[in-house]
Amino acid sequence: MIPLSYFIGLSILLFVLGVIAFFVKRDLITMFMAVEVMLNAANLAFITLAKAAGSPSGQVIVFFVITVAAAEAAVGLAIILLVFRQNKSVKAEDMRRMKG
Amino acid sequence: MELFWLIPFFPGMSALILAVAGKWLPRKYVSWQACLSVLASFSVSIVCFFGLLRVSAESLPVVKTLFQWIQAGSFQADFSLQLDPLSSLMTIVVTGVGFLIHVYSVGYMAHDKGYTRYFTYLNLFTFAMLILVMASNMVLMFVGWEGVGLCSYLLIGFWFEKPSAAAAGKKAFIVNRIGDAAFILGIFFLFFIVGSGDFRAINGAIERGAITQGAATLIAMLLFVGATGKSAQIPLYVWLPDAMEGPTPVSALIHAATMVTAGVYMVARMNLLFTLSGVAGQVVALIGGLTAIFAASMALTQNDIKRVLAYSTISQIGYMFIGCGVGAYAAGMFHLYTHAFFKSLLFLAAGSVMHALSGELDMRRMGGLRKYLPLTYPTFFIGAIAIAGVPFLSGFFSKDAILTHAFAQGQYFIWGLGLLGAVLTAFYMFRLVFLTFFGEERIESHAKAHLHESPRVMTVPLVLLAFFSVVAGYVGLPVIFGEKANLFNRFLEPVISPVREARLSISSEWLLILASVAVAFCGIYIAYIFYLRSPQTPHRIVARFPAVYRLLYNKYYVDEIYNSAFVNPLVNGSRILYDNFDLGVIDRTINGTAGAAGFAGKVLAFVQSGLIKDYALILLLGVAVFLAYLVF
Repeated sequence: MIPLSYFIGLSILLFVLGVIAFFVKRDLITMFMAVEVMLNAANLAFITLAKAAGSPSGQVIVFFVITVAAAEAAVGLAIILLVFRQNKSVKAEDMRRMKG
Repeated sequence: MELFWLIPFFPGMSALILAVAGKWLPRKYVSWQACLSVLASFSVSIVCFFGLLRVSAESLPVVKTLFQWIQAGSFQADFSLQLDPLSSLMTIVVTGVGFLIHVYSVGYMAHDKGYTRYFTYLNLFTFAMLILVMASNMVLMFVGWEGVGLCSYLLIGFWFEKPSAAAAGKKAFIVNRIGDAAFILGIFFLFFIVGSGDFRAINGAIERGAITQGAATLIAMLLFVGATGKSAQIPLYVWLPDAMEGPTPVSALIHAATMVTAGVYMVARMNLLFTLSGVAGQVVALIGGLTAIFAASMALTQNDIKRVLAYSTISQIGYMFIGCGVGAYAAGMFHLYTHAFFKSLLFLAAGSVMHALSGELDMRRMGGLRKYLPLTYPTFFIGAIAIAGVPFLSGFFSKDAILTHAFAQGQYFIWGLGLLGAVLTAFYMFRLVFLTFFGEERIESHAKAHLHESPRVMTVPLVLLAFFSVVAGYVGLPVIFGEKANLFNRFLEPVISPVREARLSISSEWLLILASVAVAFCGIYIAYIFYLRSPQTPHRIVARFPAVYRLLYNKYYVDEIYNSAFVNPLVNGSRILYDNFDLGVIDRTINGTAGAAGFAGKVLAFVQSGLIKDYALILLLGVAVFLAYLVF
């Protein structure tokens, strides 16, 4: 039986990696993937703790997150596509037109 | 007779229909409806007039309350109309002359693109004037009073594309407002003292002695200031000459026959008040007398045919106020009634001359028109001799009645003013006749090319008005024809108590009449010498007294004086306020607020770099702070 702390540790590791990737990478698609990593880190923490507590509600939330992530992927990729059409680039720095 | 409230109803409805649906109605229908509505009112007025003759004086006035209008605490004003001899007389004059002017307008305005608009205003004007003369309380009367003011603005500025017409309309409106402010103050005082604006209540209060003489003077003077505005007397007459910018039939309707007589009507309506005050009557007579010669003298040198008539109107209304001021209200009303006929005749005939000459107004470019205008000339001539006071025409009887009363009241100064005014009147009217219809032709060639008599729709009203200008006076014969000869005064007796005066002997009556006649013929003779027998005389006189001529020609510089004394200080004061307060304080406060908000926005905007990473960083920091808070 693998101890609970390993799962939590992996989850934290994944989340931190996602944050770092989000700040380090410059193109939108990679940043988007970093967000996905963070979401899945959270998912891992959820099911781990759900299993430990013996309650199904954590798993239910994971399903919600997966659904939302799918929707987000659809909308997010569509936005990125449009940004590319506009700017001929998917670099985050090039998207500064909304600056006040 | 019970249906007398229909009199204002017809033109009012017609105006409403034309205003709402006029755009889709054909011209022919518009003219028929506009004219017939006034004709219907006229018929009802005539029926009511004969009905009134059979009603005993005790049951007058007949009042009809259509609905309760304003009721707030003790303040009550109903929408109620009344019929008594005075208002009956006014309705006949307004609708009768008004109808002929409507018909004339059909011809005169035939080619105007604002045809429907014109008749809408004309009907609305008739409606407002009828409300004015039939209202049974001061508040409703004020509605009519303002209504005619509004319509005069609309009609004077009818050709609003012309800047001068638009300015003239504004001038009439603003000058009238000055008088109206005083008028409404007078109404407030009446409410304050009597507790009601109803004419019967006011007269009852006066008879009970509930109004002191001082209060009566105050109220009467305030009301009279209103009358000087509407009736174009010194000092508020300045709008009327400019009002000639409107179409000529409008001048005939508003500035001769109806609206300007509203002040005289009001004074006659409040005759008990003016009699009670005494002082107010004196002021009215003096203002009337001064206006009569002041305006007449300005008419001497004008070259614009309509302006001469305009000044003549001011001067004739001065006569009406002389009559009212010396206590002979019936004589004042009598002059109002005859003047309505011959002055609208003169205006319409002048319009016909203009029409014939393609819009020419300057008498220096007329002359010798007698043979070209076989109908306009005789009718104009009749109007001229009627106003000049030639015996046996209407103007003679009414003017003579006023002067005789002034003399009999011992107001010799006023009488002298009136007599002098009569010479001037005869002179300037015949100057007009001689310059326009006699002498050599000075017509410009392009106008002469289509010189023509006006169509029948315009000449028939002229002929009818000329007929009435001759015969209208015979209802008010002077006392030399017998004690009972003055049907007019006897008809008005229920409203206007007969003058209490030292009776003149028959011989002095004769002398006064002879004086008026002599004066009239003297004026005509001088005009004959000046403008027909030796046309160089006027030039010689001008060369001799250039200063006097310039003074008269420039109308005593009254407009200039008003401009520098009132208008310019107001305009400049407003400009200073605008520059300093509006721009300096208000605008700067507002702009300052907006600027501060903008500055704050600029300062904060640097946070919004537009870089997703910065936002994410802030988010992350926020989460970190939040977590730290939770943990520690």
